[in-house]
Amino acid sequence: MDNFVNFFSFNDPNVRYVVLGSILLSVSAAIVGSFIVLKKKSLVGDAVSHSVLPGICAAFLFAGTKNTSLMLVGAFISGWLSLVAIDYITAKSKIKKDAAIGLVLSVFFALGIVLMTYIQQSGNAAQSGMDRFIFGKAATLIGSDLITFSVIAVVLIAVTLAFFKEFTIIAFDEHYAEVLGLPVRKLDLLLTSLTVLAVVSGITAVGVVLMAAMLITPAAAARYWTHNIRRMVLFAAIFGAVSGLAGAYISYIAPAMPTGPWMVVVSSLIAFFSFFFAPLGVVPKTLKRNKNSRTMMDENILKLFYQISERDENFKMKRTVEELLAFKKMQPTQLKSGMKRLNRQGLLDYSNQQAQLTETGLLKAKKIVRLHRLWELYLTNYMEIAPDHVHDNAEEMEHYITPELEKQLEKYLDNPETDPHGTMIPK
Amino acid sequence: MIIQSENPVLEVHDLTVSYSSKPALWGVDFSLPEGSITGIIGPNGSGKSTLLKSIMGLIPLSSGYVKIFGKDLDKVRSRVSYVPQRESVDWDFPVSALDVVLMGRYAKIGMLRSIRSSDRKIAMECLEKVGMTDFAKRQISQLSGGQQQRVFIARALAQEADFYLMDEPFAGVDAATEEAIITLLREMVNAKKNVIVVHHDLDTITEYFDWLVMLNMRLVASGPMKQVYIPELLKKTYGTRLSVLAEAGDLLAKDKFSEKK
Repeated sequence: MDNFVNFFSFNDPNVRYVVLGSILLSVSAAIVGSFIVLKKKSLVGDAVSHSVLPGICAAFLFAGTKNTSLMLVGAFISGWLSLVAIDYITAKSKIKKDAAIGLVLSVFFALGIVLMTYIQQSGNAAQSGMDRFIFGKAATLIGSDLITFSVIAVVLIAVTLAFFKEFTIIAFDEHYAEVLGLPVRKLDLLLTSLTVLAVVSGITAVGVVLMAAMLITPAAAARYWTHNIRRMVLFAAIFGAVSGLAGAYISYIAPAMPTGPWMVVVSSLIAFFSFFFAPLGVVPKTLKRNKNSRTMMDENILKLFYQISERDENFKMKRTVEELLAFKKMQPTQLKSGMKRLNRQGLLDYSNQQAQLTETGLLKAKKIVRLHRLWELYLTNYMEIAPDHVHDNAEEMEHYITPELEKQLEKYLDNPETDPHGTMIPK
Repeated sequence: MIIQSENPVLEVHDLTVSYSSKPALWGVDFSLPEGSITGIIGPNGSGKSTLLKSIMGLIPLSSGYVKIFGKDLDKVRSRVSYVPQRESVDWDFPVSALDVVLMGRYAKIGMLRSIRSSDRKIAMECLEKVGMTDFAKRQISQLSGGQQQRVFIARALAQEADFYLMDEPFAGVDAATEEAIITLLREMVNAKKNVIVVHHDLDTITEYFDWLVMLNMRLVASGPMKQVYIPELLKKTYGTRLSVLAEAGDLLAKDKFSEKK
């Protein structure tokens, strides 16, 4: 708890720096990542993040020390080479893109691990802490490193937002962008460079292995919250920031703990939650479907009352549950809960297992029966479907027909009196 | 029968296009007069879309050239507009109908600049022309096929071009949309615009177009409707499978010399 207070009071300047750095780089990765996800290039981000490792190691071997700038350059170059390799293999061989990505990713990463092991066993004193490039350590974001990485992150954010409109159109419809005369190839190149740069900016704090997740997960989560690309990028940035903050906190309370996996766990939790509970997620969709099927049930019960009443021409008579069930087979529990709902809506008077239609209930019941019969008539007259085949389709359509469509049906059918079975169509 | 026109809006000269060295169009050569609706017709795989894409510079030409208003495409891009096939994009993209139509303004707005209110006004007017004002804010995956097609046409209109190339704008749309689109195209031609439409429905050809380009991997005919819409040419376009031409293309693609006996 003390740790928590100490951390979130941000009194310690080191904490402030680490937090600032982590948030900046995860926000920039999330913003660039949004366009990678929309362009359906998520796997490419994964390939790049694994492929920067040999570059980092090569830079270390070249310099003999952990020179951050040099390592960044090395990472950038090997990240780029991996993309060139993927494009070359895809264009010149029978190997398809997904296989090419898999190949390049594993070859580059293996090479990186080989170099890393060599460095760790070389006896070079400067090599200690090299492993943080694999899984990351946010606490190392201090001093000149912090400035370097923050500048990269700010540049990334600024450039991506400046080209927002252009990146949107090349992600949606590249051919059309080309027709408009936009420099599609250069924009693609720019987005790819930004991707590599975003990966590179995370190599110390998040580590190379999991940087891809920081590109993709926030954007994937954000897609479940909105249909608006501007809001989606904003949500991705916020989710990225939360993950970055969490990573910094973990790095503070448990210095031995690698930061990258924690950031990814937090952003994955956000994605997991979004997938289920966000407005476009599974749960709201299911709820809506359930509500629709309840409405359908209610309408069917009202219709049942009307149909029974048609036989004895007494539309206000009380009907018992048994009577209704004898007229049409239904689940008794569903019927009763439906009747209670209708009672609450003032469409039925329901008590002691029996009920009658209210004024508004009768109007509504009439409407549903009317739509059912109009639709049956339309199907037989215009679609030339046999009268004994139209009932099931009408059972469904009666719930969907809008007032506008009803008017059109009336017009086409010339305000008919009876349905194909000779029964009256109520007005 | 190929009828050339004086001062053409479009001149396609001896155009050959290949996909990985397999020719899809052979030596296509025609020109179109000003102020007309031209239909490009032909059976499946006859190269209709390929022709349109090569006019728009989206695929490299193996030989030949294309001139629009007597110039190279790059010089007249702002006067040329394109409606791709509806299936060519993923409609589950987080933008609204208005956002898509605004894309038609991007070239005029310029890079690194933001959308102006005048662009929004033009985009809304274009949505109105296709009867989609009420759906401006709707996300594009929630539109019906016909409505998506209307959005694409509105986007092309927003370019305020003089020459419109449309790839199957009537494919998979409802009758009301088809009628709305053809009425709009007629209005555009009356306002001295030029329209080319890739079309596959033989029944409506005579009603919709003034000029026809009949394709079947090579050009069968190009000319005014009355002169080229004749059984002989239709049979040439749709009737005989060009098996020799297709096989010759396959040989080129395989890059293999036959062992001649």
